[in-house]
Amino acid sequence: MSITYLDAIREAQARALQEDPRVFIYGQDVGSFGGAFKATKNLAQTFPGRVIDSPISEDAMLGLAVGAAIQGMRPIIEIQFADFSTPGFNQIVNQAATLHWRTRVPCPITVRLPCGGTSGSGPFHSQSMEAIYAHYPGLVVMTPATVEDAYSMLLEAVAIDDPVIFCEHKYLYYHLKAERLPDEAMPTGKARIARPGRDMTLVAYSAMLHEALAVAEELASEGTEIEVVDLRSVKPLDTDTVIASVARTGRLLCVGEAWPWGGVTAEVIARVATEGFALLDAPPQRLNAKDTPVPYHPNLWAVHRPTARSIAAAARRLLRS
Amino acid sequence: MVHTLFNHHSVDEIASLRGLYTKAYRLMLLARILDEKFASLYRMGKIHGGVFLGRGQEALSVAVGLALRKGDIFAPLIRDTAGRLAFGEPVLDAVRTYLGSPLGPMRARDGNVHRGRPREGLLVMISHLGAMIAVVNGALFANRMKGIKGTVGAACIGDGGTSTGAFHEAVNQAAVEKLPLVLIVADNHYAYSTPTERQFACASLVDKVAGYGIEGKAVDGTDLGACLEVLGEAVSRARDGAGPQMIVARLLRLCGHGEHDDASYVDPALKNSPLGRDCLKVAEAYLLAHGWADGGALAAWREEAAQQVETCVAKVQREPGPDPYKEDWCALASKHLSEGYEPASGQ
Repeated sequence: MSITYLDAIREAQARALQEDPRVFIYGQDVGSFGGAFKATKNLAQTFPGRVIDSPISEDAMLGLAVGAAIQGMRPIIEIQFADFSTPGFNQIVNQAATLHWRTRVPCPITVRLPCGGTSGSGPFHSQSMEAIYAHYPGLVVMTPATVEDAYSMLLEAVAIDDPVIFCEHKYLYYHLKAERLPDEAMPTGKARIARPGRDMTLVAYSAMLHEALAVAEELASEGTEIEVVDLRSVKPLDTDTVIASVARTGRLLCVGEAWPWGGVTAEVIARVATEGFALLDAPPQRLNAKDTPVPYHPNLWAVHRPTARSIAAAARRLLRS
Repeated sequence: MVHTLFNHHSVDEIASLRGLYTKAYRLMLLARILDEKFASLYRMGKIHGGVFLGRGQEALSVAVGLALRKGDIFAPLIRDTAGRLAFGEPVLDAVRTYLGSPLGPMRARDGNVHRGRPREGLLVMISHLGAMIAVVNGALFANRMKGIKGTVGAACIGDGGTSTGAFHEAVNQAAVEKLPLVLIVADNHYAYSTPTERQFACASLVDKVAGYGIEGKAVDGTDLGACLEVLGEAVSRARDGAGPQMIVARLLRLCGHGEHDDASYVDPALKNSPLGRDCLKVAEAYLLAHGWADGGALAAWREEAAQQVETCVAKVQREPGPDPYKEDWCALASKHLSEGYEPASGQ
């Protein structure tokens, strides 16, 4: 049996619907059609009245989720592409994220954002939005990079009493497979050493984890041992695990598919520089997408975002410094 | 209209109308006195931030609150002191929120009109106009999923708020889901300083209703009897399953946008028109004309309301302000997931 990252997301939702009558799914085309990516395939048929098509109204979709959460429900909102969360941004950051702090009433909503680039998707179907949501207090931002995490973290997202921005990478939907779903999971807030090493710490998350692992494999053949850290969630950000790794390696390269300005890679480097400056043998480095909209053509897209090739080059530069 | 009902209804019905009208008037009076107290405290520098009054909109607002009942959902806006009181918000909640008492429902984390008790159906507005309507939809949607029948949700908004995308999305959503939403638009002719001709191009906001596929009605917002009747009917229709209802009340805001605003931009012709009538005075005249109250009763009610407000304010003014060193500074309900969370000193 082989389970994809997308299957894991569907199975987690099926299990959440099965186990908790407070859970429902609301989003565009999620009903009998099963969602633009089929992340809710057959769920409307299995759970009648609980997997519901919404109008194309991201603001109202997220507002509805907040109201339902106030009444004790645990809605999962599927935004068709992460890019389209911007029309619902106000409800997420001002309504959902402030509710508990202001009123003591929890806001347990899960916002699923199919994010990241895929070939040919262009400026409005490719964005990585984790940094902008992580900026706001009151939100948990998950960025699962494995089939196991896609499953267990989505279940945890539904169970958490706070709004969770669940960034599921579209590139991983079909490319990533596992033999079976996990029985147990690491808790959210803990980063994972995806590959141990002693020469350099390579921090990544979401789809970039797999580029990072490929680089570690490539450089291993040259006699370099790279330690790869999978952040798993960018908020909370497990600074301790990153700094402990840097303490072992003395070198840090942080990779993100999102834009560079003020993002997750900047945050990781700021924290390591502030709290672990003496551990560093070289200036910490980061690699992000270029500071332009995401290009349409595969030739441009392949260079716009970090890839194993550009990460390997950055890693070699850092190892020489 | 109440005066026509009065002419054609039985003695019992008239007694019931008199009871409702009198109750509404006394809540309007309490709201007016409470608002005036806030304005006074603001001028004395006792209130941090803005003060927003409902002067001129009490008849509409109270009619909304009185048409609702326990279990319903209410999302008031900035000029709904009367509706809040009618829905059951304690005066103490309002005073504690305006004066920043940590004992209030918002614990001094939010202020002035940003207050409520979501667990009791009184939603807490954010400042972004139109954003609360979908939240009401969500509460009604949840009630339907949970099998709770017969609840209604009311959302208040102004003429300016109808220009937002959030308004359109949420009204359309309520119509698609056939939710028991009652949307109350106080067309008070100015969004802050912007007149309605710079806000929308239809002759009346009621004209928009047909486009959404919902029922709508206009009402004279200066006439308490008309407001009670129209809101009562709209809430009943929604409760009976007729789907979303929209009420557009024509009235005039008889104050600035906030107490910082002298409203010098308001057209004097509007002030002198029937829309510029003070709904509280209109209701008072109505009570006197029908012999439902005399001057002595009106004075006694006013005195009682003033006493209630003064007692609350005096109590809250003795309460200590919030202590930043006792704040947990944690935005999440799941404290273990909070970044940089440090327990308050001494804990």
